[in-house]
Amino acid sequence: MSEKVLMKGNEAIAEAAVRGGCRFFAGYPITPQNEVPEYLSKRLPEVGGTFIQAESEVSAINMIYGAASVGARALTSSSSPGISLKQEGISYIAGAELPCVIINMVRSGPGLGGIQPAQGDYFQAVKGGGHGDYKLIVLAPSTVQEAVDMVYGSFDLSEKYRVPVLILGDGMIGQIMEAVSLPEMRDVSKIKKPDWALDGKGSGSNRKIINSLYIEPDVLEKMNIKLAGIYRQIEENEVKVEEYLTDDATVVITAYGTVGRIAKSAVNILRSKGIKAGLIRPVTLFPFPYFAYEKAASSNNVKKFVTVELSMGQMIEDVKLGVNGKKPVEFFGRSGGNVMSAEDIVDFIISKEV
Amino acid sequence: MAKVFQKSSFLTDAVLHYCPGCGHGIVHRLVAEALDDIKAQGHVIGIAPVGCAVFAYNYFNCDMIEAAHGRAPSVATAVKRVNPDNIVFAYQGDGDLASIGLCETVHAAARGENVTIVFINNAIYGMTGGQMAPTTLIGQKTTTSPLGRNPAVNGNPIRICELLSTLDGPSYIERVAVYDTPHILSAKKAIRKAFENQVNKKGFSLIEVLCNCPTNWGMTPQQSMDYIKNDMTKIFPLGVFKEV
Ligand SMILES: Cc1ncc(C[n+]2csc(CCOP(=O)(O)OP(=O)(O)O)c2C)c(N)n1
Ligand code: SF4
Repeated sequence: MSEKVLMKGNEAIAEAAVRGGCRFFAGYPITPQNEVPEYLSKRLPEVGGTFIQAESEVSAINMIYGAASVGARALTSSSSPGISLKQEGISYIAGAELPCVIINMVRSGPGLGGIQPAQGDYFQAVKGGGHGDYKLIVLAPSTVQEAVDMVYGSFDLSEKYRVPVLILGDGMIGQIMEAVSLPEMRDVSKIKKPDWALDGKGSGSNRKIINSLYIEPDVLEKMNIKLAGIYRQIEENEVKVEEYLTDDATVVITAYGTVGRIAKSAVNILRSKGIKAGLIRPVTLFPFPYFAYEKAASSNNVKKFVTVELSMGQMIEDVKLGVNGKKPVEFFGRSGGNVMSAEDIVDFIISKEV
Repeated sequence: MAKVFQKSSFLTDAVLHYCPGCGHGIVHRLVAEALDDIKAQGHVIGIAPVGCAVFAYNYFNCDMIEAAHGRAPSVATAVKRVNPDNIVFAYQGDGDLASIGLCETVHAAARGENVTIVFINNAIYGMTGGQMAPTTLIGQKTTTSPLGRNPAVNGNPIRICELLSTLDGPSYIERVAVYDTPHILSAKKAIRKAFENQVNKKGFSLIEVLCNCPTNWGMTPQQSMDYIKNDMTKIFPLGVFKEV
């Protein structure tokens, strides 16, 4: 960790990607993530990388498929409607076992929706999104610093499992200005190209093929079983969660991303009012930290859970799976681009206490 | 004994799955021989489409990527930008290139990406069983234009070479056909030139090959070759549309 600089979230994330070894970006403009491509259009050529403004998100994600096929550390970023368009390509990337990093600065939906922050893409991000049996590694930063650190490490993470990483942010994290420590620049010449990456040298038995077509049911089933095994490994190794004051908590608030940060303030306010609140903030949404909820639900102190989201209620389904009926799970959400304050969360919880 | 013929080093020994008399096999050989001619061994990446040629990755003896339906030009763009020393080609059908992937085709051409696209126009969707294509001729019967393509309800065929030649990006656009030996030889020359242009960093080249689909046209192979010659070339005239 070196310099501490004041940066807008989107720009800090873009710089972190470059420092993490990203040398290829393709994307299509959409609010609220435009600073990512704008920054990279200047920055990537400086480090010998490629920036392409694609003609659509469909084309952009297929450029990522191509760049990843030849071993480039490839990044695309977009916001909700654009991410919807990318889903077929993401499924192909997952099926072909290619690594890449995808940023979704979520805005409110459905449809054209609005351009204000939202968390309505949770289902799309963690339950599939595109067609077929696949998963993405889904990371949910709550601060610009956390986003920077996640993006920086996400290429290694994605290459380790050959599973795409999705950074699920929102308009707030993209637009906010925060002081961040930027990690040091990786020397890309020292990052070994994966041995499966195409280089054009293939001939005869050493040909390399990037493909997601398995026309024989038995072969495709084998592939799906293999992928499922990789997803199980990810669940074992990569789950991350932040727990805050849960040890003696009677009310466990749970939220992810920037809402996790707002919820943390709510916990502090509630405690100052004598209500023992705690927070479970999933840092990885896939793999989901079910165990944290299982543990809290088994504690005698905990009376209930309150899931707080910028949606009509999506992550709450996973929270309920973790809690497994042991304790009540309440929901407080805003949508349409409205963001709750810490006081709103406090008021909701106090109103339910009586 | 002198060797008078040798199979292209760019074809594998896999048995082609194409129907008897299908032009895909001919064009595979032309692409492979053109790659031999420019001595591209050891630095080629090919992109297969979704369509009857989806298994092209089994047939071309080089590194291969199977792209999503219509997106080969975007995949090729990225591959070439990352590996500029590779010869990068996409092999695509008319549904793939001129319908679902038209946007990607036009923009890769407009950007002048230094890649080679071999475009198989057989005026029909072969793989999915003979539906109407963007290049289906007026009056041509398909499973989704059973009475023959009627412009009032089914629209008109798209001429890709003419359309792309209005752009500043492409360096070489030619339409060829494979209905007889002289035309097959000219087709090979065009494909070779498209690869040479790539070697010489001239930018985007596209060769449209008028091809047959005897199975879905409901014709014998010979009848289908005659149909290319007598009917298709009327709507899709052969020739060089752009060369810089
Ligand atoms: C997104 C998507 N839509 C539709 C299909 C089904 N599909 C497969 S091949 C094809 C058309 C192929 O026709 P063409 O490109 O003309 O190639 P040909 O088979 O004639 O060689 C279609 C519609 C698909 N695989 N993916
Ligand atoms: S369906 Fe048509 S295009 Fe496809 S292999 Fe058969 S003849 Fe060729």
